[in-house]
Amino acid sequence: MLRFFLSRVLVLIPTFIGVSIVAFAFIRLLPGDPVALMSGERVMAASRHAAIMHELGYDRPLYMQYLSYLWGLFHGDFGTSIVTKRGVATQFFTLFPATLELSLCAIVIAVGLGVPAGVFAAVKRGSWFDQGIMGAALVGYSMPIFWWGLLLIILFSGVLGWTPVGGRISLLYYFPQVTGFMLIDSLLSGQKGAFGSAVSHLILPSIVLATIPLAVIARQTRSAMLEVLGEDYVRTAKAKGLARARVVGVHALRNALIPVVTTIGLQVGVLMAGAILTETIFSWPGIGKWMVDSVFRRDYPVVQGGLLLIAMIIMLVNLVVDLLYGVINPRVRAK
Amino acid sequence: MSHITAQEAEEGVGTDLPDPIQRKSPRRQMLEEFWYYFSENRGAVLGLVVFALVVLTALAAPLLAPHSPDLTNNNAQLVPPVWQTGGSWTYLLGTDAIGRDILSRLIYGSRYSLFIGVVVVVVAVSVGIAIGLVAGYVGGWVDTVIMRVMDVILAFPSLLLALVLVAVLGPGLTNAMIAIALVLQPHFVRLTRASVMSEKRREYVTAAKVVGASPLRLMVVTILPNCLGPLIVQATLSFSNAILDAAALGFLGMGAQPPTPEWGTMLAEAREFIQSAWWVVTFPGLAILITVLAINLIGDGLRDALDPKMKRS
Repeated sequence: MLRFFLSRVLVLIPTFIGVSIVAFAFIRLLPGDPVALMSGERVMAASRHAAIMHELGYDRPLYMQYLSYLWGLFHGDFGTSIVTKRGVATQFFTLFPATLELSLCAIVIAVGLGVPAGVFAAVKRGSWFDQGIMGAALVGYSMPIFWWGLLLIILFSGVLGWTPVGGRISLLYYFPQVTGFMLIDSLLSGQKGAFGSAVSHLILPSIVLATIPLAVIARQTRSAMLEVLGEDYVRTAKAKGLARARVVGVHALRNALIPVVTTIGLQVGVLMAGAILTETIFSWPGIGKWMVDSVFRRDYPVVQGGLLLIAMIIMLVNLVVDLLYGVINPRVRAK
Repeated sequence: MSHITAQEAEEGVGTDLPDPIQRKSPRRQMLEEFWYYFSENRGAVLGLVVFALVVLTALAAPLLAPHSPDLTNNNAQLVPPVWQTGGSWTYLLGTDAIGRDILSRLIYGSRYSLFIGVVVVVVAVSVGIAIGLVAGYVGGWVDTVIMRVMDVILAFPSLLLALVLVAVLGPGLTNAMIAIALVLQPHFVRLTRASVMSEKRREYVTAAKVVGASPLRLMVVTILPNCLGPLIVQATLSFSNAILDAAALGFLGMGAQPPTPEWGTMLAEAREFIQSAWWVVTFPGLAILITVLAINLIGDGLRDALDPKMKRS
């Protein structure tokens, strides 16, 4: 088991090096040198320019620059924002809970609806229910979610007036951030109506972000269930006279879930890409919106650091999924 | 059912000696078999019909569009669609904030979406297959290096990487297409490499090698045609992904730039009118959804027809 753990962790090292090289190269590939980027429109004397280049180490050979960049990373230095002058990592971790809260809600919706939908569709294969669910899943999978979000705003915020247009909570409420999760903090604050406000702000973005993972999980669950339901041991369980619900819910589902867990893990990247669009539409103050805003503000150190941190989080989640996969499916460990 | 019996009859079931005159060329037979499985999937046929209509719309755009896509009209700003009060037959789907006909812009927009899809897929497929063939055929450290590089590309969320690449290259449709092709090609590398590795030990490859085929010929002529099934399915999926990602980049202001009638860019321009003019927002997105859905339906049908495991016979 330990060998399995170690082998999975070791595989990540070359990927991490590659990802850090991409982030390192990003700023150097931009037109103009880093100091010119930082000074923006201001005119700078050539001598002053050279002095700053030297001070920041940009006149050293590239491999030295990369090594000192890596050294900084290991000490938590992911760069400094040109606009706010604050550390990129600090900013990242203040904004991250907002994205995490949104993503967790989305994945709960996606798994909570997608797995049962896929199971029922597989059990009732070929029925109207199956065709309806799979049709809806294909529409969800094909959905341009930035448009889907705008439609929901038109309907629920514009026409019906049920939900706010954007943000995380109404301006009426102010309380300290304890966990960074608005749902928990609003409860802790004890202010009347704060929790309701947080929920009403969260619901539409969660639905939008959940759409594609929901469709993928429903389709994957259905095909995994169909495969498993044809296995001999399922027939044996049926032949033993076990209740249908037990055969489907325990014997079949447990094995069908193995590929589904992998699919859920793979959705983390989809969620991060979705968060870029969802947060932009709903003015959700998370990582995705921060990245888009930074691209537009030409705050390149933020883009560089954020890119690396996001890739690291995705790699970490994939590692956890991989390890979980080894725990629930012993055959993988043996290889 | 009658189809199966007809096919069985063609294959000479029941007779020991197939009649050489009635035998069809293997290529023709493969196509017929393919169409048989594909057309069993009603959704796939529907998708194909819709996609054909989109292609026709794109080709015949100047004939179909009632107005020029760039023609503004100061007297007809934000006119609602014809069926709503205030709508007019001049502008069937209404006009946008500067009085351009939405229907005409949508019709011309189909050209951009299809163009983006075709270019991105052609680039991603050809680069991906070339790299995948080399990785799978050569193996060793070349393979290791290539696959680690692909892992790195796949470690980033595709839209984020595309966004950052466009930030480096500069916003615009061409750069958006380059960025999307780059983030989509690792899938083709992986697929090609996997099939090449399983195919290259087969006897027909050894036979070709013994006869003296060059490595290039072995890779491209001998092995590649036998790996095409999954690649075609992946290419279809990439086609729809390319359209979605390009629209998303356009929506974020990093893809095609206004006044290009690209659907995602049209949505970006329409964002401020979501409370007042629903039609400006609704129709471009609907066009994206219908096109992408049609392509994905075709993709499902192709998978049924090309994946031997899925064949139920």
